[in-house]
Amino acid sequence: MSEPLVIVGNGMAAARLVDELAKVALGRYAIAVIGDEPRLAYNRVLLSSVLAGETASHDIELRPASWWRDRGVTLKYGCVATEIDVGRRELKIAGDESIAFSKLVLATGSTPLRLNVPGAELAGVHTFRDSRDVDLLLTLAARRKRVVVVGGGLLGLEAAYGLAKAGAPVTLVHLMDRLMERQLDAPAAELLKSLVERKGIEILLNANTARIHGETEVEGVELADGRRIDADAVIFAAGIRPNVALAKEAGISVNRGIVVDDHLQTGAADVFAIGECAEHRGICYGLVEPAYEQARVLAQHLAGRAAGYRGSVVATNLKVSGVSVFSAGDFMGADGSEAIVLKDLRRGAYKKLMISAGRLTGAVLVGDVGDALWYLELIRDRKPIAGIRADMMFGRSLALQTEAA
Amino acid sequence: MTAVDPTRSLSSGRAPRGPVGAIRTTCAYCGVGCGVLATPDGRGGAAISGDPEHPANFGRLCSKGSALGETLGLEDRLLYPMIRCSKGTMEQVAWSDALDHVASRFAHIVKRDGPGAVAFYLSGQLLTEDYYVANKLMKGFIGSANVDTNSRLCMSSSVAGQRRAFGADTVPGCYEDLEQADLLVLVGSNAAWCHPVLYQRMLANKQKRGARMVVIDPRRTDTAGDAELFLGLKPGTDTALFSGLLVHLADNGALDPDYIERYTGGFDEALARARSIAGSVGATALATGLSEQDVADFFRIFAATPRVVTLYSQGVNQSAQGTDKVNAIINCHLATGRIGKPGASPFSLTGQPNAMGGREVGGLANQLAAHMRFTPPDIDRVRRFWKASRIATHEGLKAVQMFEAIARGEIKALWVIGTNPAVSLPDADAARAALKKLELFVVSENVRSNDTVNAGAHVLLPAQAWGEKSGTVTNSERRISRQRAFLEPAGEARPDWWIVSEVAKRLGFGAAFDFNSAADIFREHAALSAFENSGGRDFDIGALQSLSDQAFDALTPVQWPTRQDNSQPQPRFFANGGFFSSDFKARFIAPEIPALRTETTAGRPLRLNTGRIRDQWHTMTRSGLSPRLGQHLPEPFVEVHPDDALKFGVTDGSFARVTTDHGQCTLKVVVSERQQRGMLFAPIHWSEATATGSRVGALVAPFTDPFSGQPENKATPASITPYEYVFRGFALSRTPLALPDHAWWARVAVPGGHGYLLADNADLAGWQSWLRSVAGDDLAEYKDFGGGVYRAAYFASDRIEACLFIGPAQDAGDWNVVKQLFAADRLDDEQRRMLLSGKSTDGLASAGPIVCACFGVGRTTICDSIAGGAHTPAEIGAKLKAGTNCGSCIPELKRLIAQVGSTDPEQRQLAAAN
Repeated sequence: MSEPLVIVGNGMAAARLVDELAKVALGRYAIAVIGDEPRLAYNRVLLSSVLAGETASHDIELRPASWWRDRGVTLKYGCVATEIDVGRRELKIAGDESIAFSKLVLATGSTPLRLNVPGAELAGVHTFRDSRDVDLLLTLAARRKRVVVVGGGLLGLEAAYGLAKAGAPVTLVHLMDRLMERQLDAPAAELLKSLVERKGIEILLNANTARIHGETEVEGVELADGRRIDADAVIFAAGIRPNVALAKEAGISVNRGIVVDDHLQTGAADVFAIGECAEHRGICYGLVEPAYEQARVLAQHLAGRAAGYRGSVVATNLKVSGVSVFSAGDFMGADGSEAIVLKDLRRGAYKKLMISAGRLTGAVLVGDVGDALWYLELIRDRKPIAGIRADMMFGRSLALQTEAA
Repeated sequence: MTAVDPTRSLSSGRAPRGPVGAIRTTCAYCGVGCGVLATPDGRGGAAISGDPEHPANFGRLCSKGSALGETLGLEDRLLYPMIRCSKGTMEQVAWSDALDHVASRFAHIVKRDGPGAVAFYLSGQLLTEDYYVANKLMKGFIGSANVDTNSRLCMSSSVAGQRRAFGADTVPGCYEDLEQADLLVLVGSNAAWCHPVLYQRMLANKQKRGARMVVIDPRRTDTAGDAELFLGLKPGTDTALFSGLLVHLADNGALDPDYIERYTGGFDEALARARSIAGSVGATALATGLSEQDVADFFRIFAATPRVVTLYSQGVNQSAQGTDKVNAIINCHLATGRIGKPGASPFSLTGQPNAMGGREVGGLANQLAAHMRFTPPDIDRVRRFWKASRIATHEGLKAVQMFEAIARGEIKALWVIGTNPAVSLPDADAARAALKKLELFVVSENVRSNDTVNAGAHVLLPAQAWGEKSGTVTNSERRISRQRAFLEPAGEARPDWWIVSEVAKRLGFGAAFDFNSAADIFREHAALSAFENSGGRDFDIGALQSLSDQAFDALTPVQWPTRQDNSQPQPRFFANGGFFSSDFKARFIAPEIPALRTETTAGRPLRLNTGRIRDQWHTMTRSGLSPRLGQHLPEPFVEVHPDDALKFGVTDGSFARVTTDHGQCTLKVVVSERQQRGMLFAPIHWSEATATGSRVGALVAPFTDPFSGQPENKATPASITPYEYVFRGFALSRTPLALPDHAWWARVAVPGGHGYLLADNADLAGWQSWLRSVAGDDLAEYKDFGGGVYRAAYFASDRIEACLFIGPAQDAGDWNVVKQLFAADRLDDEQRRMLLSGKSTDGLASAGPIVCACFGVGRTTICDSIAGGAHTPAEIGAKLKAGTNCGSCIPELKRLIAQVGSTDPEQRQLAAAN
């Protein structure tokens, strides 16, 4: 008789966990997936493509309904989980239904932050998180509404690009002196800025949003330095907050995210957390790859195999059409590390590789990201690179050809 | 300008046309004198091919000749007269002003200090007509014999030797002898590289008729590769070898007693001297450092082969005993009667296209004119012929002594025409410094800048270059050929004869210099050769003294003498005596005991030999413009024997400082067994204009031969020490670059622009700021300062404008790959992406350094072909065409075959790496 395994959240982490479990523990668990979004799990990363009109909404679904069915998964989407009863091993769902579990996995994801500024409650202030947001933004764009996107990180850039592509005049305001400051160094950020500007997006740096003007609806954004931007809508894309309420109320240990150990287990026995809601060794990852890695490890663990998650070397990929950005590892360079830099602004290319103690420790790539995964592999594997140092900037095939010669 | 200039029109020099609109002319380079077909493209260039009808080459050209079309650009040309103004800068002036200035300054100095205070320094590049006019002006009208030429550095020992032996500067044989000989002895001649077309004729003889080949040289050159016997003798011991040979011939019944008796004098003294120098095979071996076996073999082969031609070149001539060496060789030919007979003669291979023409007009300080000397009857005869107002009555100063007199302030005015003495003279730094002392320093040149121009010339006069000028040249076998114009003159460039004549007119000698054309001058030159010449002078072209202008233009190659009595041209001399001495006999010469002028010491333990490389010519002002020619050996280098390399701590591919008592150079090291222990070899071609610290002339001792005045360029005591450069690299640019002062560089022409090979010790940040200071906006950079690498390129649209690759000694990037990308008109995105890797990308394997310059075939390609089964040069040629034109790379192909085909992996690696 299969053990009931309940997954809260119907996002990318959940889908991957089901996939992994099907590989290593097929039939061992009777899986139920509870999700509040009213549709099948989809690739959230591609939402900006949908916004940009480059991908159709239905094309981003991760798996068809039949796939879930074939794996015996009970899918409950459009359902909000309201409470965990850790002691009785029950999950309550809005509508007073409750589901018993022997194992519970929280994959609740995160929520965009809304800035606490005057006017943040006005109609026309949105976030960009799920497919419902996309529908709304598409409506704005179709009506040629002037949009201010607040936040020059990955999410903000993708939203801004999507909106611009969809036809809205977009201004992106960013608090810091460069875009994606947590992933890019100054030259990369500068190049990125010029490439994004070429897409017709106005970018304001050192732009601290002070208030949002409007009676009932958004009319404009005022910055701390007094600049004012007329706008019909504002999109907050200035960070995310892990969704921890459910766990917190159940008395499960929560810090910024839901605290998990190397088996992805929370403070409560048989309750696990993966993805953006989890906090592992003090880190909440906001990217899909760690979530996938966590799903893989958790599946192993749930299958009774020895497996542990020891954290991810994170890589950031921004891929808006014609602008590719990749960043991984210690991209700014700790003391004692050296930089190798290739810069060809006319090609829209900037590459920086950080080397420390004869190993690749970080990489920033703009424009020319063909070898991003190879660099990531080198960073993760901590392989000595002395033999390929002279060629690695120009890609794996050249470096390996030289190494072989 | 008021004077009529008949040469502005091409019509005078153009006929006759060869096939399909081509114009027949003669190559600008060596003394072989190959016929060239030039087909102008109407845009200032021309297609070049060998003239199948020219008897020097029958259609063949060497790598240099084939690339002549790449040297016709105007980028470096001097286009108008310039005078140094009071501010010190050179300013453009009108021709009439420049000529007035030169004439009045010359007149002033001659009036004040006498004719000995002025001098002309001429060139074997000049046409006979140019030479004639300059010689006539100085010797007949200014009244000094201070006319010398760079030929002094080239073959003046042969002139002196022939004059001592034959009574005249007569080349007794002709090129056909090379095809009819059964034994070819090459002494101090790397003909495979320096006279490739003649060398191919010799090889053909070897292949078709089985002629044997002996090569005598301290260096195992590519010429030695085809020899059945290579004698790597000690430097300066040629006289010992040929003395030993004379003794051997005498002691083994190999003499021609009849010839000696009837046609010669001085044999007994010469033989006695030879016995005292090298009286036996053993003594010869001891004196020359050769094995007794090798010496005996050579003597035996020589004695047994009646048809023998001994060819000699700078290895013999460039010596403080060069004249004696020439005579030691000639002695052996006279003693066996092997002279002027089919396939049997001594044969001097001259270096320059018109060294022989210069000798004919007397353009040397120790000749008067037309093979006449400073004897009272000759002086009188020439005076009457020229109606000379003030004829020189004694010899002038020869090149090295001329520059010493300039340094002492005795010569105050110098006119350099068509040569670069600041580079090419021995002790070249001293020669260059001397030029700065001149009161008047005039240079007639093709180029705007070279070391001589930059040594402080006061007046620059733009001369017509090859392809523009028209007249005659004479090759090594006494054959006069026309150089014809096929291009419009560049800017205001004029023929040298016109420039000199205009100055002569301004000096008041108008009547004697009223020439309207090169043909005018040639007729006078021919008339002088025949003037009161009833066969007593060898040089007689009286049959040509009445040529019409049209006939001059149509003149086909003709050997002298061609006397007025219409007798047939005479291909050979002296088979039956008839020497040009007072008793019509040849003279055996008893040479001095062979010894080099200098000793090595603990501080200067090595000897520096100098010479040419295959694909460059002189100071590279012409050949340096050809990208094809730049590919073979692009950097100035010094070759060292492996044992010496070990001993002195230098390694192949690194740098070394070579120091002599006269100067210092920094050169790339090539470690090679081709070099003898104790000897260094460095090529002469690089100058301040083409490289840093690589003026090899500055190293050479200025000691000269007592008879010929030719310097000993091939045995200067020297030391070598390693010199480290942390960084190496290269730059490529569409326009010339002014590189930072701290860098060592060598410039080389590349397709599409200028290449620079670099070495440096300064930090990379300096290179980055330098590059940024010259670069445009569209810049791509690769920077790994920690790894010692900086590479950058800047673009104009999709074309590379310039790029710079600097890196650790062995890892600066692949010059051949980047050069190929630089040559392209546009790079696609992928090429641009990979450019700064400096490496060949997929499917675009680097061909390696070019071996075959004619067809641009690289070493890697050749090695691959060998590995793929090509085991002979012919098979490689069939596959890749390499070696099938001039053939001068065939020795290198053979070396590669030996190395790649070798079972020793180290050898194979060497072939791939070198």
